[in-house]
Amino acid sequence: MCTKRSGWVRLLYYRYLYPCTGEENWVDSRTVYIGHREPPPGTEAYIPQRFPDNRIVSSKYTFWNFVPKNLFEQFRRIANFYFLIIFLVQLIIDTPTSPITSGLPLFFVITVTAIKQGYEDWLRHKADNAVNQCPVHIIQHGKVVRKQSHKLRVGDIVLVKEDETFPCDLILLSTSRDDGTCFVTTASLDGESSHKTYYAVQDTKSFNTEQELDTLRATIECEQPQPDLYKFVGRINIYQERDEPIARPLGSENVLLRGATLKNTEYVYAVAIYTGMETKMALNYQSKSQKRSAVEKSMNAFLIVYLCILLSKALINTVLKYVWQANPNRDEPWYNEKTESERQRHLIRAFTDFLAFMVLFNYIIPVSMYVTVEMQKFLGSYFITWDEEMFDDEIGEGALVNTSDLNEELGQVEYIFTDKTGTLTENNMEFIECCVDGHVYVPHAICNGQILPGALGIDMIDSSPGPDGKEHEELFFRALCLCHTVQVKEEETVDGIKRGIHQGKGTSFYISSSPDEVALVEGMKRLGFTYLRLKDNHMEILNREDEIERFELLEVLNFDSVRRRMSVIVRSGTGELYLFCKGADSSIFPRVISGKVEQVRARVEHNAVEGLRTLCVAYKLLTFEEYQDICQLLETAKLALQERDKKLAEAYDAIERDFILLGATAVEDRLQDKAADTIESLHKAGMKVWVLTGDKMETAAATCYASKLFRRSTQILELTTKRTEEQNLHDVLFDLSRTVLRQHGSLTRDTFSGLSNEFQDYGLIIDGATLTAVMKPDQDGSTGNYKEIFLEICRNCSAVLCCRMAPLQKAQIVKLIKFSKEHPITLAIGDGANDVSMILEAHVGIGIMGKEGRQAARNSDYAIPKFKHLKKMLLVHGHYYYIRIAELVQYFFYKNVCFIFPQFLYQFFCGFSQQPLYDTAYLTLYNISFTSLPILLYSLIEQHINMDILKRDPSLYRDIAKNSLLRWRIFIYWTFLGVFDAVVFFFGAYFLFDNTTFTSNGQMFGNWTFGTLVFTVLVFTVTLKLALDTHYWTWINHFVIWGSLLFYVVFSLLWGGIIWPFLNYQRMYYVFMQMLSSGPAWLCIILLITVSLLPDVVKKVMCRALWPTTTERIQTKRKCLNVEQSTIFMLSQTSSSISF
Amino acid sequence: MASGYSAKEEDGHHSGALGPAGGAAVRSRKPDNTAFKQQRLPAWQPILTAGTVLPAFFIIGLLFIPIGIGLYVTSNNIRELQIDYTGTESSSPCFACSQNYSWNMTTPCVCSVSFSLDQPFESNVFMYYGLSNFYQNHRRYVKSRDDSQLNGNLNSLKEPSKECEPYRTNDGKPIAPCGAIANSLFNDTLALYYNDPNGTETQIQLVKRGIAWWTDKHVKFRNPVGDDSNLTAIFQGTAKPVNWQKPVYELDSDPENNGFINEDLIVWMRTAALPTFRKLYRIIEKNSSTSPTLPRGNYTLKITYNYPVRSFEGRKRMILSTISWMGGKNPFLGIAYITVGSICFFLGVVLLIIHHKYGSRSSSADLTH
Repeated sequence: MCTKRSGWVRLLYYRYLYPCTGEENWVDSRTVYIGHREPPPGTEAYIPQRFPDNRIVSSKYTFWNFVPKNLFEQFRRIANFYFLIIFLVQLIIDTPTSPITSGLPLFFVITVTAIKQGYEDWLRHKADNAVNQCPVHIIQHGKVVRKQSHKLRVGDIVLVKEDETFPCDLILLSTSRDDGTCFVTTASLDGESSHKTYYAVQDTKSFNTEQELDTLRATIECEQPQPDLYKFVGRINIYQERDEPIARPLGSENVLLRGATLKNTEYVYAVAIYTGMETKMALNYQSKSQKRSAVEKSMNAFLIVYLCILLSKALINTVLKYVWQANPNRDEPWYNEKTESERQRHLIRAFTDFLAFMVLFNYIIPVSMYVTVEMQKFLGSYFITWDEEMFDDEIGEGALVNTSDLNEELGQVEYIFTDKTGTLTENNMEFIECCVDGHVYVPHAICNGQILPGALGIDMIDSSPGPDGKEHEELFFRALCLCHTVQVKEEETVDGIKRGIHQGKGTSFYISSSPDEVALVEGMKRLGFTYLRLKDNHMEILNREDEIERFELLEVLNFDSVRRRMSVIVRSGTGELYLFCKGADSSIFPRVISGKVEQVRARVEHNAVEGLRTLCVAYKLLTFEEYQDICQLLETAKLALQERDKKLAEAYDAIERDFILLGATAVEDRLQDKAADTIESLHKAGMKVWVLTGDKMETAAATCYASKLFRRSTQILELTTKRTEEQNLHDVLFDLSRTVLRQHGSLTRDTFSGLSNEFQDYGLIIDGATLTAVMKPDQDGSTGNYKEIFLEICRNCSAVLCCRMAPLQKAQIVKLIKFSKEHPITLAIGDGANDVSMILEAHVGIGIMGKEGRQAARNSDYAIPKFKHLKKMLLVHGHYYYIRIAELVQYFFYKNVCFIFPQFLYQFFCGFSQQPLYDTAYLTLYNISFTSLPILLYSLIEQHINMDILKRDPSLYRDIAKNSLLRWRIFIYWTFLGVFDAVVFFFGAYFLFDNTTFTSNGQMFGNWTFGTLVFTVLVFTVTLKLALDTHYWTWINHFVIWGSLLFYVVFSLLWGGIIWPFLNYQRMYYVFMQMLSSGPAWLCIILLITVSLLPDVVKKVMCRALWPTTTERIQTKRKCLNVEQSTIFMLSQTSSSISF
Repeated sequence: MASGYSAKEEDGHHSGALGPAGGAAVRSRKPDNTAFKQQRLPAWQPILTAGTVLPAFFIIGLLFIPIGIGLYVTSNNIRELQIDYTGTESSSPCFACSQNYSWNMTTPCVCSVSFSLDQPFESNVFMYYGLSNFYQNHRRYVKSRDDSQLNGNLNSLKEPSKECEPYRTNDGKPIAPCGAIANSLFNDTLALYYNDPNGTETQIQLVKRGIAWWTDKHVKFRNPVGDDSNLTAIFQGTAKPVNWQKPVYELDSDPENNGFINEDLIVWMRTAALPTFRKLYRIIEKNSSTSPTLPRGNYTLKITYNYPVRSFEGRKRMILSTISWMGGKNPFLGIAYITVGSICFFLGVVLLIIHHKYGSRSSSADLTH
């Protein structure tokens, strides 16, 4: 027996494999002394290492550093920093506006953010305290001691009872179960609710009382903490009475992670290895790299333009000021003398003037835009989580938003990369058939996992096999019953995969991380072989004769996505050693030396075309010597501290060969509900859908046909290993590109001749190996060429299927498209751990809350329950978010141009003296209260088209493709509209004030009335402009738009109605009321508002009438229909009233 | 932003043992089916099409053109007379005064300008003085005042605001009223005489009350109140503005128009918006219902020329104007209204054509679509 071999052999192996080289790498590992007990003297020097305690600190701030640290964090943002600089400039030099004008908004923004962050941090503190103070049980000197969690130290032995959560990362020493296993659910870590089995080291599993544990002397050497939840490499040295310690490998199956919960096990003893902030859970909370949306990039580009405008404005004014001042009588007329200090003429004076102009015009960079954009994104994302249509009753969850930064990017997607299994398909497997040596077996009466009584029959399609066949058949069934990692769960209350099996003694379920395995084991049950349980390392099978067969499970060679197969080594009751292997056909066939390969291969291909998932099963008989070698090989690999994975892979490769083929299975994975409909809609919306899957080509292609990714009319272009074997890659690529481009040419001819018939659309199939070849950098540097040709082909294909993809290749493909020359926006959607890389790579990553765990959902930007929800996510939510934020950004720039440009013009009439046009209160409140709420509300609830229409007519999505609402042309239009409006405001007021009175009592108005008039027109125009753009008037819109206008009026009345005692000037006193008491002022306000809004209205109406976009057509059409409907309704009403 | 995550926490989901990202394990939160959360609030969904905008354009056109005509006619009916008495040309009667000007002149320089009215001014006539190229809106000038001093605050009277520099103190004494604005108070005196055809010259009564805003005169500007009701005593210890000939408490003999509440001062203190401006000086009230306020004939304007404008190339004018409900003569509003009304009307016609030509086409195309 492998496990009984003495330790020193292993150690020798170890020393042999890792000569001195290992020593230098020991820095990367840590040694943990279990129970803080020194090992027997002489073995190794006891080096006490310092580890952090088990305190979890998720909070960012403490009471003392909150203010400085938070301020520092906030001012690291460029916008805040800009306003801080402006504020400081205002404080230092004599500027036209008081520091309050920029200080107050900045203070407001900073305070609100600080309060929010402070509150969040307070919650975190509370949660931390709750966690840190919760009691844990520690074994000290053979007794159980209660301690607070944060006092736990590395090396402590911890007792965890059932349903308790592990307080830190632990190495399992022993459990209440005799076999040293325990069950754990990691639902809170990765969302997988299935119970996973963890194993104690064989040599420590007997230490399962406190007293015994006190006698245990052992050290654990393991790597330093790293965030990968599924990787762990370590070694335990157990010192016994003998000199040589026993070394055992430790893997992730021995590690109990903080955050996981113990289930179905009374208690476990375990030793702490990573504590506090070093636990894998804590390491995983580090934030992911931030993604920035296309809108944000345009926003920043616009901002730079405005910064340039601001600088040039200030520069122009400074220069003009000095030109104008060249005449001393203008610079300092007798009525307006300078103070002595002002007379000091330095170069620095010019610079302060420049800064003063900057301050005067600084509002052109909208401070509140950032705040509003952030609020919009944050609040807006709630609509996704609230959406009832995206709620899935089955799993009881709706969509999740992990980042709200990318909401609008959902409206810009051009490429969708989707996983197949679990994303397009249900990942709800059903066993369809199996084929043993070419004979096909189909269990009938399949009722979604529930077996009908007496349904144990077998349909044999082919002729009955002979006695030899019979033997193979049974071996095949046994192989499938044994070669898996399925657990039997004898409870009903299990989340995840539930399958009932009636065994007379109650209900039990098969649980596995892979649904295929469950389907297979169940299928076998229907074919007469029932897997009962794993007990004492023996697997029990109930065969057709109702006899229990017991197989000793010796080794499990776990499945991984690179090998694409798994194996078990068992010893049968009669003592024969079998190695059973099941895996993808491509990984089995090359390793087979005998068996009816041709028949099986034919059947496998037939099934794959049907869209079924196929697995091949093979076996080999092992002699005891062979088995011994295998054991050694595996042990060596498992003991390795460095590159263990690689060594294991090599070992597996050496073991899994020379098989005898038994047969193949076929499992159906049904398409998800409405998957085809969703894909069709996405196609219509102009998105290119790529399927990236690890499946084989035929299966994947069948799924693609079923999901309407490929239609019957689609011409399939293949770029596969099969083809590149016949021709070389170069020729194939050029062939394909020629085919595609010919179609392209004919397309243009068609459009010329006016024949717009359906043009041929192409689908491309490429496999992983070929892709590697295409991407591989060539020696002569012609690789770019291949890539370009490949991209050219892809661009002209409506659908692309990439099969046989390794997880990293998926990310590579996404990267390739992402950085191709059009820089399209990509979206990746998947459900499994193998999709995480592409989800992180793509612009938008969407995770499906799937059956294969939660990693995808955890790492995604948005998580949805089902693939079909993608349709609403993109077509409705994405579309809305995009138009909302586009308007938000443009409007913000527009309203600030309107605001500041009159002030710029005014400088020409006040001797470039930086005299502000508006009162301080208006300058301060314009962006924070007079015009902030309507646009925020607009950006939250605007719907230019009903969501039902958006869903029904996906082509509307094309209208906003390529960031179309934030193009430079449109941006310039908005800016010019702003400038025009500003000119209208200013010169309208100018001509009204031109050297005359406009009151009926002959009294004159001053400069503050002038500014107030301009400002009033400004606030009304800007708000009404938004009202004109609003297509969706709910009562909230009415309330906010009219409310904010009313607020402006009320505020102005109040502001001018009182002598404010705290102000040192009373310049606004009664200015607003006096202005309103004048008739011409009213007339002028109305006139100027009309004139300002006129061009935009005319432009909109003209464009709609002459060059309508699809969106506008639909809006108009709906309007017509509404009118018609209402007329019909009225007609029917009148007719009914007549008939009465 | 990490706010996305933290939001989940605030929902009350604190899976205690987990700390910050425990929100992942949120179970079964079926969203509420409220109209707001589902974005299905009932809403009015207007769309700007040629059809809907058309009536608005016609209505605006039809409203604006009459208003404009009304305004234009009103403006044209207003009588206005402007007399420039700067005296930069040698032929001008005030040439001598404008040339030999100095602040500390003992004898005031007086000049008179004759003019004639072709048409009588019927209703109340408002007399303005106008200045050009005078930057009352210069930043340094605008802020050079102390509103609390003008409001009668005794502390500010003794300790004027820093903003008043360099017109804050004189010889160590605080200036009242301080600041550049007050210091440059317009101090020409204008008097109007009607030259009767029979040769006699009658002075026309000029009313100096009611030229400032009521609120300014009664609330914003107040004389400081001390133990003594005598203004002179209260202003004891302050200096007069450098360019003034008299201290502030001697501006007028009428106690209701003296000190800070002198209306000429208040009018001047309201800084003008533009460098060319006029300010109300006096009102000529209509006496009898039968005779016009200013009958046709010859008049003489006698100016006590104190205010220098030559240094900055300024101009000084005297303006006589009648007032309608819309104020003084200003054709701008009328013309603007007529123009905008016409444009709207024209656009309405254009849109009508477009609506008929394209509106039906596009909608029919849609329906076949």
